[in-house]
Amino acid sequence: MTTPRVGTAAALAALTLLTATACGGRGAAQGSDEMHVWMYQDTLVVVQEGAVERFNADQGADGVQAVIDQVPGDNYVERLRTAMGSPQRPDVFFNWGSGSIAPYAEQGLLEPLDDLLAEDPELAEAFLPSVLESGKVDGVQYGIPLRGTQPVVLFYNRAVFEDVGVEPPQTWDDVLTLVDEFDEAGVTPFALAGADPWTEQMWLQYLVDRIGGPEVFARIAGGDSEGWRDPAVLEAAEMVADLVDRGAFGDSYASVSYTEGGASTLLSEGRAAMHLMGSWEYSTHLDQAREFAENDLGYVAFPPIPGGEGDPANIVGNPTNYFSVTADSPHLEHALEFLSYTAQDEYVADMVANGEVPTTADAEEVLADSPNPEFAVFQYELVRDAPHFQLSWDQALTPEVATPMVTEIEALFNGQRTPQEFVDALAAL
Amino acid sequence: MSARTQGRAAPRTGRPGPLWALPGVVFFALFAALPMLLVAYLSFTHWGGLGTPAFAGLDNWTRLAGDPLMHRAVGLSLLLTVASWALQTPISLLLGVWAAGRQRGRAILSAVFFLPLLLSSAAVAIIWRALLDPNFGPPAWLGPALGLGTLDPLGGGGSAFWVIVFVAAWQFIPLHMLLYQGGARQIPATLYQAARMDGAGRLGMFWHITLPQLRNTMTTSSVLMVVGSLTYFDTVLIMTDGGPGTDTTIVPYLMFRAGFRSWELGYASAIAFTLVIVATLIALVMVRLTGFGSMRSTREGM
Repeated sequence: MTTPRVGTAAALAALTLLTATACGGRGAAQGSDEMHVWMYQDTLVVVQEGAVERFNADQGADGVQAVIDQVPGDNYVERLRTAMGSPQRPDVFFNWGSGSIAPYAEQGLLEPLDDLLAEDPELAEAFLPSVLESGKVDGVQYGIPLRGTQPVVLFYNRAVFEDVGVEPPQTWDDVLTLVDEFDEAGVTPFALAGADPWTEQMWLQYLVDRIGGPEVFARIAGGDSEGWRDPAVLEAAEMVADLVDRGAFGDSYASVSYTEGGASTLLSEGRAAMHLMGSWEYSTHLDQAREFAENDLGYVAFPPIPGGEGDPANIVGNPTNYFSVTADSPHLEHALEFLSYTAQDEYVADMVANGEVPTTADAEEVLADSPNPEFAVFQYELVRDAPHFQLSWDQALTPEVATPMVTEIEALFNGQRTPQEFVDALAAL
Repeated sequence: MSARTQGRAAPRTGRPGPLWALPGVVFFALFAALPMLLVAYLSFTHWGGLGTPAFAGLDNWTRLAGDPLMHRAVGLSLLLTVASWALQTPISLLLGVWAAGRQRGRAILSAVFFLPLLLSSAAVAIIWRALLDPNFGPPAWLGPALGLGTLDPLGGGGSAFWVIVFVAAWQFIPLHMLLYQGGARQIPATLYQAARMDGAGRLGMFWHITLPQLRNTMTTSSVLMVVGSLTYFDTVLIMTDGGPGTDTTIVPYLMFRAGFRSWELGYASAIAFTLVIVATLIALVMVRLTGFGSMRSTREGM
């Protein structure tokens, strides 16, 4: 019987046609004049939006038009990697530099930017050399800084501190005393977004650095998982367990989200007294609780730990974020041209206006224009004077190690793991 | 409709030819069988989603066999399946049989019960997350009001898993209720009339007529429930992200985590293939045991 076979062939041909048209090349952007710029979605994207507007105006109506695709923060890393593995790659994309773009660089998906910097010394000299350094993979420049620097600092609610009649912590003993005092006053001592475990990771990053110095994590990042058995890690984990037992984070932090604003709202409404968070927390409050940000938002550096080997001036967080360009972008020339917009005065001014501290070499001069010059200068000096700036652990490690590590951190904070179990689990990664 | 008004003569063959199955078969081959073969192949490779997969032999499979997280995920998935079936089946059955009746207000109430069916999983997850928020949702005032202190259903203490069971039930009971309603409406009224003559009460009629007549419906519904529970994913991702810790890391979530967080797509493929095999086996066993699919009429004596 031939009919079915003919039918099969016809149906197959029809389906092949259907699927072929559905996933051709770069989708709708193919051959169009749109250049896609992927951004991590948050309140600071207005700065990049301004750059895109200026870029498009300079191109004229008939030229290439840049478009920002905002990707929700929770899924940014997954979405980016999926897109990078497909033909629908963005032309320009936001990333965390070094470790976070190494897999793409190894596959030859990224455009090296050394020539661009060599041809444009103004651009090269616009940024702090140490910050440019984190945009390199194996000595090749793949990222241009696009954001302010993001150290993790201890934010606090001044009004709550005044009500309870206490001062911000200077030492670890102060921290423990404050926990008890706020607990008695019925205020959660520290807001904590336990549903986003990278916020819990910040605590361990600081504790391990203060107790054992940056060498402890440097060994782990070098690929030696036995580095987790360093006594500093166990001690830090024990301190976390102690804080949890004392009620430092209240008793309902496990399901609180950062990206949905839960933890920040607790701080601005005065239901929590302090919040250990990256410096972008300031912009978050500026956007969602302006009055609080302008009047009651206080900040201090993470206090030293008695007997710790780490320099108390060390900081953790993200030196900055970077723009990288995909090597096979149909708009390669324009993409490279777009990168230079991140060093323009208007761009830097926008950053400062949004409470960011630029990583440009002359940032100090413009910090006076910040909505909160004090905070800007505090941050700038914190970064400038830090002997070591530890990149967030989950960005510094490869994903197959970082993913289970973050889960273990969450389990430690939830009391599902003892400090010793936590160390054993990490050493086994 | 008579043959004359149909315009064309009906086909003379008694049963439809194989050609009728073609669109379905082609579709299944392209969008189910082929991807499954690819996943089977990927499970023997190391691949990070970029470039070409590197052959890895049995690496992923031996690792899977010894992975405590996988063991726990399988346990949680089976528990979710059993708990979901035990919770959803009686409620759907009773609601479905009730909705098949003629009571006043039935249509309005049925429409209310169907509401969750109209929402996407993402919307369901976001709604329940907001409703269970320990600081800004009802638990914030409900806990102290009931003298229970702080309530954090999605937080620690092992309650998150049971929240997932509950939300899954809330989400899918309407669907199964529809199935049972359809099944109950198929039961010939003559059976009930005969039973009434024999002096059976409402409970007796439910037990001796309704339940046996719904046997095939129950099989269909149960297979859907079991396969659905084993592959339940989207709501977990949005509501708990597999947490707190790994309390709600069921097999499909673990597969997602291995694939799209750790970027070990070979390992994720091994998890996926295991899931396919297990779900298929369970569904086959259920169908065989219950005699579903056999052409036996359930309308005894007719």
